[in-house]
Amino acid sequence: MSAETHSGHVAHDDHGMAHGEITLSGYLTGFFLSVVLTAVPFYLVMSGVLGDKQVTALVVMAFAAVQIVVHMIYFLHMNTTSEGGWTMMALIFTVVMVVIAMTGSLWVMHHLNINMMPTHEMGRMQ
Amino acid sequence: MFNNPDLLKFIFGRLTLDSLPLHEPIILGTFAVVAMGGVAVFGAITYFRLWSYLWREWFTTVDHKRIGIMYMILGIVMLLRGFADALMMRMQQAIAFNGSEGFLPAHHYDQVFTAHGVIMIFFVAMPLVTGLMNYVVPLQIGARDVSFPFLNNFSFWMTTAGAVLVMMSLFVGEFARTGWLAYPPLSNLGYSPDAGVDYYIWALQVAGVGTLLSGVNLICTIVKLRAPGMTMMRMPVFTWTALCTNVLIVASFPVLTAVLALLSLDRYVGTDFFTNDFGGNPMMYVNLIWIWGHPEVYILILPAFGIFSEVTSTFSGKRLFGYTSMVYATVVITILSYLVWLHHFFTMGSGASVNSFFGITTMIISIPTGAKMFNWLFTMYRGRIRFELPMMWTMAFMLTFVIGGMTGVLLAVPPADFVLHNSLFLVAHFHNVIIGGVVFGIFAGIAYWFPKAFGFRLDPFWGKLSFWFWVVGFYFAFMPLYVLGLMGVTRRLRVFDDPSLQIWFVIAAVGALMVFLGIVCFLVQIAVSVLRREQLRDVTGDPWNARTLEWATSSPPPDYNFAFTPVVHDSDAWWDMKHRGYSRPLTGFKPIHMPSNTGTGVILAGLSTAFAVGMIWYMWWLAGLSFIALIAVAIGHTFNYHRDFHIPADTVVREENARTRLLGAGAKP
Repeated sequence: MSAETHSGHVAHDDHGMAHGEITLSGYLTGFFLSVVLTAVPFYLVMSGVLGDKQVTALVVMAFAAVQIVVHMIYFLHMNTTSEGGWTMMALIFTVVMVVIAMTGSLWVMHHLNINMMPTHEMGRMQ
Repeated sequence: MFNNPDLLKFIFGRLTLDSLPLHEPIILGTFAVVAMGGVAVFGAITYFRLWSYLWREWFTTVDHKRIGIMYMILGIVMLLRGFADALMMRMQQAIAFNGSEGFLPAHHYDQVFTAHGVIMIFFVAMPLVTGLMNYVVPLQIGARDVSFPFLNNFSFWMTTAGAVLVMMSLFVGEFARTGWLAYPPLSNLGYSPDAGVDYYIWALQVAGVGTLLSGVNLICTIVKLRAPGMTMMRMPVFTWTALCTNVLIVASFPVLTAVLALLSLDRYVGTDFFTNDFGGNPMMYVNLIWIWGHPEVYILILPAFGIFSEVTSTFSGKRLFGYTSMVYATVVITILSYLVWLHHFFTMGSGASVNSFFGITTMIISIPTGAKMFNWLFTMYRGRIRFELPMMWTMAFMLTFVIGGMTGVLLAVPPADFVLHNSLFLVAHFHNVIIGGVVFGIFAGIAYWFPKAFGFRLDPFWGKLSFWFWVVGFYFAFMPLYVLGLMGVTRRLRVFDDPSLQIWFVIAAVGALMVFLGIVCFLVQIAVSVLRREQLRDVTGDPWNARTLEWATSSPPPDYNFAFTPVVHDSDAWWDMKHRGYSRPLTGFKPIHMPSNTGTGVILAGLSTAFAVGMIWYMWWLAGLSFIALIAVAIGHTFNYHRDFHIPADTVVREENARTRLLGAGAKP
């Protein structure tokens, strides 16, 4: 198990995070990344540099997703081997479930919306 | 003071004397009976000075076995309530013909069918399934308790608090009149202004906390506390199904919590998530609640599959056929159960592409389920089958569930569903799988594990009587509903115009009465078994010559379950131990580290009930105070450092010697 940990891993393992170890530098890295990932979306919204609102919203959501990963790695100390691999397994399961529920709901409600006459148009017909 | 309406309104919120059903004779009669029964039980407990015993040994217990038994008692008590509702509906529908209005006014009838569904799923099936898992899983994996014993006690009391709220709605105010899933816009404030839907919301939210936490607890227990040598692929099948069920609970119950929270926001602060205006969409509620609702039915059926697996292999005297395929089938069902939710609302209008996708995924589920069915059949094939009660329930399940499964595949075809949607065909289908699967499974489990929990078997005569009444009664009660459904009769109707339909409803009512006799026989069976316990006594701890670890210890098991943690070498661990000439260790006992009892679970659940009552009746002071108290007690509990103790080695020696003597006595003819 330890052999796996030392060979096939992403960069943060080399900084002593391999077994979910708690180090000050780990927390500081996480904090710095979180601040950057929070400040940039604020800047994007407040300055409106991207122009298009929809594009801004998508970019902000992408930043949020990255933020989740940063929290999981630096604050929750998750990696592929912690707890004998169970946290990774649970994470994969959770992601699959969330993706199914969200894309499914969007897909279902989108089709419903296309097929149904919008209520405001019904109002206009009277 | 009582003349000041503002003060009264502040104290009681919208609760007034009119909220009490003083004008409804049926409810008053029920109340009188329940009150008399309650007074009798209360008086008996006081007379026999049992309060302190109950508080010390049961209410505050953190022992998974006692909590499991309390879950079972809760489930059986609520079964009586839920079944009373069922009988009322069957009677109403059997007589409401030829201009007769029946005996239930619409206002009451709508509450009855809502309460029936809610109680049967949340407060009968869930406690019974959770109770069996709670009792059996730690024993099957050779553990001394669950991972978080206090949390277990708390979960139980939260479930009970939800049940108390539902029961309360019978006599104070009213229950929802919306059907068991409370679809908006009917459940919005505009159409359901009274407290009924709020009872529904808060009962489920409070009980939901309990369910979710017990799910976390059992997952952790199964992942972390398995006996040495018990790899994942050596876990008993019931433990596997329990693991998958609890994964489903943890993944799906938050969706229910969220959707009910959104509905309460609509009702309490006037948001528009599920209204027809201002960008709201009621169909989003339907979509979200079924994302929880479909996994929920698998939460109920998977442990039943596990029970049938244990029972089939034990009573056929054979290793389970296709253990690996059984495990994979369970896992595949777990995943697939998240991909089918739309089949509950094909008719909402999502169009052909969406409906085809969900129709096909639904049909695919029948493949792993069918694989399980064949595994059980092949386990029985050439086995030396003993037709004891658990095996009889299992065989009744195999016949009945296949019928339910086939009607389910029929309903999975979207065009067929457009015809059968919301008809009695659907009602017949889900009762066919829930009674034929879950209920039969629970009865098989009760008959199978009762000797483990109490040290004596259930009386077989009354058990068989109950079995036949249930099985035959089920067919009489629900086969007519398939016929009616195919003729186009919709569900939840109170009166009928077409007199030719009456005969089918009368047959269904006869079936319901037979099931009623089945329930009576089940209760008589328990009473008779308690009275005849000396004749039915089992001293071996292994009355069925079974295969898994729970049968390795005494019946009932000591508080610590196993004096020494067993070491596992095979998926049928106890069978393997017996055949390798395992001998119980008789010396070398050590003190055993155990969790202490605590009353915090009862207090927290009591405060949650008070909070819910405050929210339901708009008594904001009560809601506020009890919420603050809830947080305070929860934080206070973290400073309780008296949370464990050691059972002295002497006590362990005494208990184990007693068992040795019993085993010696039992060995003599």
